[in-house]
Amino acid sequence: MGRYVVRRLVQMVPVFIGSTLLIFLMVNVMGDPIAGLCGDRQCDAATAAQLKKEFGLDQPVWQQYLTYMGNVFTGDFGTAFNGQEVTELMSTAFPVTIRLTVVAICFEVLIGITLGVVTGLRRGRPIDTGVLLLTLVVISVPTFVTGLLLQLLLGVERNWIRPSVSPEAPFGELIVPGLVLASVSLAYVTRLTRTSIAENRRSDYVRTAIAKGLPRHRVVTRHLLRNSLIPVVTFIGADIGFLMGGAIVTERIFNIHGVGYQLYQGILRQNTQTVVGFVTVLVLVFLLCNLVVDLLYAVLDPRIRYA
Amino acid sequence: MRGATNAGWAACAVAVALAATACGGGSDSGGDGRAVLSSSWTDPQNPLEPANTNEVQGGKVLSMIFRGLKQYDPKTGEAEDMVAERIETTDSQNYSVTIKDGWTFSNGEKVTAKSFVDAWNYGASLKNNQKNAYFFSYIEGYDKVHPAQGAQSAETMSGLKVTGERTFTVRLSQKFSSFPDTLGYNAFVPLPRAFYDDHDGWLAKPVGNGPYAVESYTKGSQMRLTKWDAYPGEDAAQNAGVTLKVYTDNNTAYTDLMAGNLDLVDDVPAQQLKNVANDLGDRYLNTPAGIIQTLAFPFYDRNWNKAGSVKVRKGLSRAINREQITDTIFQKTRTPATDWTSPVLGAEGGYKEGLCGEWCEYDADAAKKLIEEGGGLPGGQVKITYNADTGSHKLWVDAVCNSINNALDNDRACVGNPIGTFADFRSKSTTQKLSGPFRAGWQMDYPLTQNFLQPLYYTNASSNDGKWSNKEFDRLVDEANAETDPATAVEMFQKAEAVVRDNMAAIPLWYQNGSAGWSERLSNVALNPFSVPVYDQIKVG
Repeated sequence: MGRYVVRRLVQMVPVFIGSTLLIFLMVNVMGDPIAGLCGDRQCDAATAAQLKKEFGLDQPVWQQYLTYMGNVFTGDFGTAFNGQEVTELMSTAFPVTIRLTVVAICFEVLIGITLGVVTGLRRGRPIDTGVLLLTLVVISVPTFVTGLLLQLLLGVERNWIRPSVSPEAPFGELIVPGLVLASVSLAYVTRLTRTSIAENRRSDYVRTAIAKGLPRHRVVTRHLLRNSLIPVVTFIGADIGFLMGGAIVTERIFNIHGVGYQLYQGILRQNTQTVVGFVTVLVLVFLLCNLVVDLLYAVLDPRIRYA
Repeated sequence: MRGATNAGWAACAVAVALAATACGGGSDSGGDGRAVLSSSWTDPQNPLEPANTNEVQGGKVLSMIFRGLKQYDPKTGEAEDMVAERIETTDSQNYSVTIKDGWTFSNGEKVTAKSFVDAWNYGASLKNNQKNAYFFSYIEGYDKVHPAQGAQSAETMSGLKVTGERTFTVRLSQKFSSFPDTLGYNAFVPLPRAFYDDHDGWLAKPVGNGPYAVESYTKGSQMRLTKWDAYPGEDAAQNAGVTLKVYTDNNTAYTDLMAGNLDLVDDVPAQQLKNVANDLGDRYLNTPAGIIQTLAFPFYDRNWNKAGSVKVRKGLSRAINREQITDTIFQKTRTPATDWTSPVLGAEGGYKEGLCGEWCEYDADAAKKLIEEGGGLPGGQVKITYNADTGSHKLWVDAVCNSINNALDNDRACVGNPIGTFADFRSKSTTQKLSGPFRAGWQMDYPLTQNFLQPLYYTNASSNDGKWSNKEFDRLVDEANAETDPATAVEMFQKAEAVVRDNMAAIPLWYQNGSAGWSERLSNVALNPFSVPVYDQIKVG
């Protein structure tokens, strides 16, 4: 187990370097970031040159990348164009997005798995068909439609929630955005769980468990569900990274000042430091999530062992 | 009983969640209940230094916490004395400034002549990276502190001299009669010592001499400003304070206004313009701002700088149905342009309606004829370059092309050429890499005709991206700048503008309007010539 983890961690290094290099190059291809700083007017040459020097933009790209990575390993992610440290931006943005992700994952786990179990156990019944139809609708409607609709309905028409989330973004205000963010994944989780449960219901160990005379809920939760969760856990694990980076749409609709907002603004303003910094952290999150998922397999299914 | 406990826990979680949502909706509707109003904002692009703020959002804050020598009247755009007692000159080149007694910064420090001179020197100095440094370029010695190349050879401008506690003199490097009128711009405000002594601290919580003081500032999310009770000026705030809230999307801000969580939106999103009358009734304002959109041409490209090119440009101008585009695409939030300045200047300030004359009127037949006479479109097609990331540029460029195609009966006469980001678009246009007409927007720095002409059309001027050059125009501008009588100066500028028209150096499209919508709590909302709400005059309740 320990050796497996170490091996996986070592494997992360080339992935990490490769992905940060790619994003660094992509941001650089977009053109000269200084030109956008002066609005609809040309920056005077002297100031532009001075700014370029200050942000290290006068050096060749490979050198910029090396300097940048060197700084990253000492915890310095550089400075955004508005004079704020990128680490400072991260310290305000990540907690908000993590809260939003936690809410979304809670919805996925609570509602998604519950619905999946219910429909998986009652295959072909009206409730199964109903939920299946519902998930189809949710999957086919884009997030921004659900988001804007819920915002108008609950925020403006009914006044149950605030249409926008306050800067502090407490859990209470993140429930509706979290639900919107989770909606599509939630539908997938429901369908995955349903299929998995329906398949495993017919397996030998379930029959044995029933034959032993175990109570029904114990058969379902201990034996059936635990074994059926492997594909679901894989999906949710990958989804954590996806939700954190892919919340741009939801964060815009509900005015949440999280990672998506910073990334969006960073791209618009061609702020290399912000974009690369945030993406680097997101890459790390993805890698770690994948590792945790792989380790969870062993917990869920004792037959899987890592050496 | 394991299953039951689990189910119970889930039920609890849902109950808590619902309760929390309900709480979130009920409390706090717009401010603190006192006469504090909340207003939409976006994160300023640059640090909030006066000489480094070149966009509206940072300008909003500066206009609340600072007062300069002059202040522009929100209605007429005229520059009136604010901190200045008088600004005198005999030759349009040497000015002596006297400031009023009794002005202080909100931290108690006195506003003196030195507060101004130090601030201007800071703004001009190359090492401080101030993006508005060019504002000081008329002052003698600017080329020493901000050389075009190489290191600066002086710390301060030789043209600025403190002559007393409340007096200083300014010597310009050339005659510039309307110089005092430029002094209402944010770059010219005075700065307290704290700005230099504790720069980071000042940026975290700026201190100025305006009607409001910053109470708290959370970068990237909101700023609370409260009325400064000891404010010495006459335009003291009519409300207790303003909370600026950062919105990523102006649609969300508008929704928040509808839901009663926000009092003032100063940029009504294009998608909502159809609903505005229904939603807000008369709580909506749509007035011209000092912004004009034009199509500029690459004069460095031989194809656009031939003998017949003038006719081609004029033909293109006549092929654009401005009326129709501003009505359908912009829902009348743009006004078809008939000159190269802006209505906010007023007739006395140099705006001349209809100066463009027939050349800005839509006439398909005339357009066709002109372009034919001029030798046809270079390469048989015009490509209008624009940035696709912000604004609704794609919409109107497509509409303009449609209009041109219809007028010329040729489906391929005009196409749009989108560039991904604004920054990339700017870097291509400023380095002369574009080969056809391109979008050019101009937001004035100060309400003067000079500002709409010189930076854009003077030979090698800072924003003359198309590199248009005309001796006659340059001469007229120089003469106008030297003219001491404002009325005559305006006349000269209009003559220069006529040169721009006769050569169709750029096709004027439309004047942009500023818009604002507000809640029932507010009254007396107005926009200044820079389309920033005049916060201090807003009444709450």
